[in-house]
Amino acid sequence: MSTKIFKHIQTSVVPLPIENIDTDQIIPARFLKATTREGFGNNLFRDWRFDNDGNPKQDFVLNEPKYSGKILVAGKNFGCGSSREHAAWAIADYGFDAVVSSFFADIFKGNALNNGLLPVQVSDDFLKRIFEVVDADPHAEVEIDLVDQFIKIVKTGEQESFEVNPYKKACMTNGYDDIDYILSKKELILQFETP
Amino acid sequence: MGQTLFDKIWDAHVVSSNEGFPDILYIDTHFIHEVTSPQAFDGLRARGLPVFRPQQTVATADHNVPTWDQHLPIKEELSRYQVDMLTKNCAEFGIELYGLGHPFQGIVHVIGPELGITRPGGTYVCGDSHTSTHGAFGAIAFGIGTSQVEQVMATQCLLQSRPKRMKIEVNGNLQKGVGAKDIILYIISQISAAGGTGYAVEYAGDTIRALSMEGRMTICNMSIEMGARCGLIAPDETTINYVKGREFAPKGEEWDKAVAYWQTLYSDEDAEFDSVLSFKAEDIEPMITYGTNPGMGIGVTQHVPETASFEQKEQGSYKKALDYMGLHDDQQLLGKPIDYVFIGSCTNSRIEDLREVAQFVKGKHKADNVTVWVVPGSKQVQEQAIREGLDKIFDAAGFPLREPGCSACLGMNEDKIPAGKYCVSTSNRNFEGRQGPNSRTFLASPLTAAASAITGVVTDIREFLSEEVV
Ligand code: SF4
Repeated sequence: MSTKIFKHIQTSVVPLPIENIDTDQIIPARFLKATTREGFGNNLFRDWRFDNDGNPKQDFVLNEPKYSGKILVAGKNFGCGSSREHAAWAIADYGFDAVVSSFFADIFKGNALNNGLLPVQVSDDFLKRIFEVVDADPHAEVEIDLVDQFIKIVKTGEQESFEVNPYKKACMTNGYDDIDYILSKKELILQFETP
Repeated sequence: MGQTLFDKIWDAHVVSSNEGFPDILYIDTHFIHEVTSPQAFDGLRARGLPVFRPQQTVATADHNVPTWDQHLPIKEELSRYQVDMLTKNCAEFGIELYGLGHPFQGIVHVIGPELGITRPGGTYVCGDSHTSTHGAFGAIAFGIGTSQVEQVMATQCLLQSRPKRMKIEVNGNLQKGVGAKDIILYIISQISAAGGTGYAVEYAGDTIRALSMEGRMTICNMSIEMGARCGLIAPDETTINYVKGREFAPKGEEWDKAVAYWQTLYSDEDAEFDSVLSFKAEDIEPMITYGTNPGMGIGVTQHVPETASFEQKEQGSYKKALDYMGLHDDQQLLGKPIDYVFIGSCTNSRIEDLREVAQFVKGKHKADNVTVWVVPGSKQVQEQAIREGLDKIFDAAGFPLREPGCSACLGMNEDKIPAGKYCVSTSNRNFEGRQGPNSRTFLASPLTAAASAITGVVTDIREFLSEEVV
């Protein structure tokens, strides 16, 4: 089965300069009861985004009309905590294609990559620059190129390269799927199982 | 050059290793639960694939289950639906389910070890980050996302790059009243909630060696709270004695063969780690967290750090955490009134935890301002506790013993801490809203939680211990 293809994007960004954002914030446990992959975007950052009565909190970035775009930019150690893939689903379902941070938790990174959501790890300084530029101009765009592995603040031309596992890169740029790959080695699995 | 324990187990499970690709790693047992599996089963259906090795897949219902009146249907519709879905999926794909009412039901990371499914040298995964618990047996065990749950269902394998190796040594004698939970909260407070990211962590040293299996599970359980891929401890006599005779443990000749293999599972003297850290047991106080990630912990007598002590760019996040917790710079938690005490979760809900708490609260009574929940990790733990009469001790102390499940660890079932309330909790996460919307969590050991329940305020367990012998 093929998955979503990602090669290149250029859009404005949504800044969330908070560190250690855990997956319980991204999607609280009480919204994990759905048994399909869709619809989690409605509850993305639920308790930061809405008050107890379900009214949007005006000061949260996702509720600020000046911010939009397909790239979420967040503080370091993004996606720590629970392994729930629902966090990656919620971010993608909301409409983001990439998350930029100076550090990602392992499991989140893997989950994102498995869902066509690109985690882009940048230096602390570069992250700070994005926040500064977007603070001055909320419409400032960021370009991410997975093929050539660079991220660029379009307005200033500042640019940095980022790492991505070559296998995962091939999967994302071609829409390959892990299960197809492993099943192509089924003989080896059967061999392994034979004592 | 010698090999680390981690590498020995990993190498023994590599099905295929290709340059530029992650390894294909064989998984001995795949644990599943109701929350992270439904979409994976759907994926299999869409592909027209069966579960490749249903006999190596074990299912239980734990996250959504009520912990009171478990024999009645689950009240909350979505929770009930998710649990029913697991039942249907397991039936359709031929997977053994230890569901509600089954004598083996319980929190997935409690039942694997207690049934003898988790063993030294094995590989275990589950769509749940605290799968690291199983590493206490000298196994590779880690949490995976739902796409990977589907992958393991379809192939009994996982595509995975080998993580780096870290050794964390703890040596020396623990103070009275300090236990495994304090050790791991201390380590995380020292290296931060991200300090282990990218590593498989082996815990070693004489303090770790002296711990029971339950204590070792508590330590490995929280490896993920420092970001580690997994945690593990080399098997020894303690491990072997624990596994022996359990429901699914090898028997007879198989057992002897297994033990002979397990005895080869240790890091060689000259094995190289990418990082080595050492801590002294004497430095560890009873620990408590004050913030909104498990790295924000202090000794119970210490003060909450000053905002100014953090780097500029971290101060905003720090202030946000303190505001959420209703605390301020330099505050001492000792003596702070609390509302709830939760003793349970895959970190601290095993029989040993309940025994320790029962022994301490015997003849005491909880403070009026505190609601206490004691939630056993499994049906077997619950029954054992009742056999030993612990339920009577708990009842007399105002600590009702509930039924097994994840309970107030995650605010997904009926057991939630109300908004604004403080809970001293033996679970593993103090994230915003983790125990219920706007709930406030102080993570601590079972003894600290029990002592705080008795006094009604955050308490240093050592104050009790100077008067009596526990
Ligand atoms: S007890 Fe808590 S941490 Fe453990 S499996 Fe359940 S929800 Fe997860």
